[in-house]
Amino acid sequence: MSFVIDHRPGRQSEPPLPRPKRDPAPSRLKYRLERMWLTPLYRRVVRVGLPAFLIAMTAGLWMADEGRRAMLTDGIAGVVEKIQSRDAFQVKMMTIEGASPAVDKALRGMLPIDLPASSFDIDLVALRLQVLQLDAIEDIDLRIKPGGVLSAVVKERVPALLWRHPRGIEMLDATGHRVAGVTSRDVRRDLPLIAGVGADQASEEALELIDAAGPILPRVRGLVRRGERRWDLVLDKGQQIKLPAEGAVTALGAAIAMHQAEDILGRDIRVVDLRNPSRPIVQLGIDAQNTIRSARGQPLLGPDGKPLEEEKGG
Amino acid sequence: MAELYQTQRAMRNMRRAALQRGVIGILDIGTSKIACMVLKFDGSGTMRETDGVGPMAGQANFRVIGAASTRSRGVRRGEIETMAETERAIRTVVAAAQKLAGVRVDHVIACMSGGRPSSYGLDGQIVLESGKVTEHDVASVLASCEVPDFGRGREVLHAQPVNFAVDNRSGLSDPRDHAGNKLACDMHVLTIDGDLIGNLVQCIRRCDLELAGIASASYASARASLVEDEQELGAACIDFGGGGTGVSIFVKKHMIFSDNVRIGGNLVTQDLAQGLRVSLPVAERLKTLNGGVEATGRDDRDMIEVGGDTGDWEADRRTVSRADVIGIMRPRVEEILENVRQTLDAAGFDHMPSQQIVLTGGGSQIPGLDGLATRILGPNIRCGRPLRIDGLAHQLTDPSFSSAVGLALFAAHPQDEWWDFEMPADSYPARSLRRAYRWFRNNW
Repeated sequence: MSFVIDHRPGRQSEPPLPRPKRDPAPSRLKYRLERMWLTPLYRRVVRVGLPAFLIAMTAGLWMADEGRRAMLTDGIAGVVEKIQSRDAFQVKMMTIEGASPAVDKALRGMLPIDLPASSFDIDLVALRLQVLQLDAIEDIDLRIKPGGVLSAVVKERVPALLWRHPRGIEMLDATGHRVAGVTSRDVRRDLPLIAGVGADQASEEALELIDAAGPILPRVRGLVRRGERRWDLVLDKGQQIKLPAEGAVTALGAAIAMHQAEDILGRDIRVVDLRNPSRPIVQLGIDAQNTIRSARGQPLLGPDGKPLEEEKGG
Repeated sequence: MAELYQTQRAMRNMRRAALQRGVIGILDIGTSKIACMVLKFDGSGTMRETDGVGPMAGQANFRVIGAASTRSRGVRRGEIETMAETERAIRTVVAAAQKLAGVRVDHVIACMSGGRPSSYGLDGQIVLESGKVTEHDVASVLASCEVPDFGRGREVLHAQPVNFAVDNRSGLSDPRDHAGNKLACDMHVLTIDGDLIGNLVQCIRRCDLELAGIASASYASARASLVEDEQELGAACIDFGGGGTGVSIFVKKHMIFSDNVRIGGNLVTQDLAQGLRVSLPVAERLKTLNGGVEATGRDDRDMIEVGGDTGDWEADRRTVSRADVIGIMRPRVEEILENVRQTLDAAGFDHMPSQQIVLTGGGSQIPGLDGLATRILGPNIRCGRPLRIDGLAHQLTDPSFSSAVGLALFAAHPQDEWWDFEMPADSYPARSLRRAYRWFRNNW
């Protein structure tokens, strides 16, 4: 019996075996899945359709509850409100430029905003259309300036004519648009007067006629629109010049030329009829007719234009 | 033959369907590597001139959108040996190419080099009844070719009409509408082992792919590496592969002969491993990095660390000189070239008008091979690289990919084969009509 003593050094711990090399080939399942993934329809469904469906479904399920819907809308409204009512968006004052005191007052009454208000609540377009309904205002430029100022630059209508019509007297601007009503002619003695139905439609022609009246202007009392077609120029002492529908200014010029040449308007003439410009007709006054009649020995005419009764028996 | 005609026709239809879808895969199953390319046929014909790819050879209507190659598995001498392994390798390479391309490949065109290819030159002749060659006459002259006994289990891989003759006017490539009394044709038929095709179809089908065409590797590499003039005037293309060396002879743009020498680069590697007592991967590395066939004095002093992980220090620190490596490689390369020479002699290459020989394939990258080949094969030798095609990555343009590139050209513009012509109606088997009748009776 003998002992065998092993003097050899202890077995060194073996280095771990290198891991067996993985098969580089994809497994059949993986290969099929990859090919499926490369199918265009499948790819589109997975990448677009499925997420869209999931999102829609979650949103739908969440929104199915009435309370949640209300909460959502309230939340959105609250956020919008909070942002809109921030100090940076507040409009604190309103400036109005180029308006007379009366219009200014009317405007301030009309712009129905209790300042300060948020600039999101001010609908400038609607406001402008509303203001433009005021006759006295021709144009208005509304804008919100930095610093919370609602600025309105007003261009007022300039009255150019007075129009007397069955319901009263109104001021018109050069285009014939109403500016304001007046109580009587004496309020604006500086403005020429026109009258008759449809006179406002032809206000530009009226202004031209008044410009053309020139030397007889002090005697002009006004213009009367006849049949919405032509003008009569009414002078003091009951005289009038009937002007044609076409070429009224020229005809008036002719009448003024006649007046300057022969002073017809200084005579006892009631009507100068220029409706046919090539054949002016003059209607004499009563006194002139009577003078002629007495010279002819005919019975005189009364103020009503009828021959007086012979007062032989009287 | 009729059955073969039908299957090949079905593959042609599948290829047409794939072209209509615009994507087709190329699968080159070799002994040492498997390459896959994904081609996109957009039909635009636009070239990127910046790449230097001009409108060469009319191959501008497709583009490589994904390409990958992997080490081949389960393939020996160009034949599938272990189907499961090969299937895995195909899955690997197809998955990688698909990933690069970003599209799914459903149809592939494959090529194989092994299977003992053998070529036959057939001829047929018919009398023209109408005095004019019609499309139907072309089909019937092809069908009238006398078919020799190919042997048991042989399948026809290529059956290309090479030449037509009307009366005594020969050398016609398209005899239609020629007037004459007699139409004759020469047809080149390449047959390989039928089991091999069956195995390939099985492997590809197990990868969920459809086979849209099949070609011989030596034919494909010749289409890629012979320039147009060489194909027209006559040239031989020698494809040095891993498991075998393909030889194909072209003249007048048609392949007239193809064969396979069953010695390839793997045998060189094996010689190195045995001679230097190193493992096969080390031997492969030595071959590719330090290999050669012409030793010089400097190679004696060029010592290469062999390396190894046997645990034996003496064995692991060995060095060999480059001259040793060359000394082992050269006899084997010479033997390959001698065999090629014999094959060419058997094919009658000496009588060809042009003696141009083009070396391609992975093995043609051995330094000095062209010098050695000049001594053995003949004076007109060049190393050929595959045609440049649009979109192919630079590392996939070396000679070892010439059969893949040729297969791409084959997919884009296949040459006319027998099954591209309508089979004459009288040679349809009567059985099919009866079968159709029976089907109707059973189902209605």
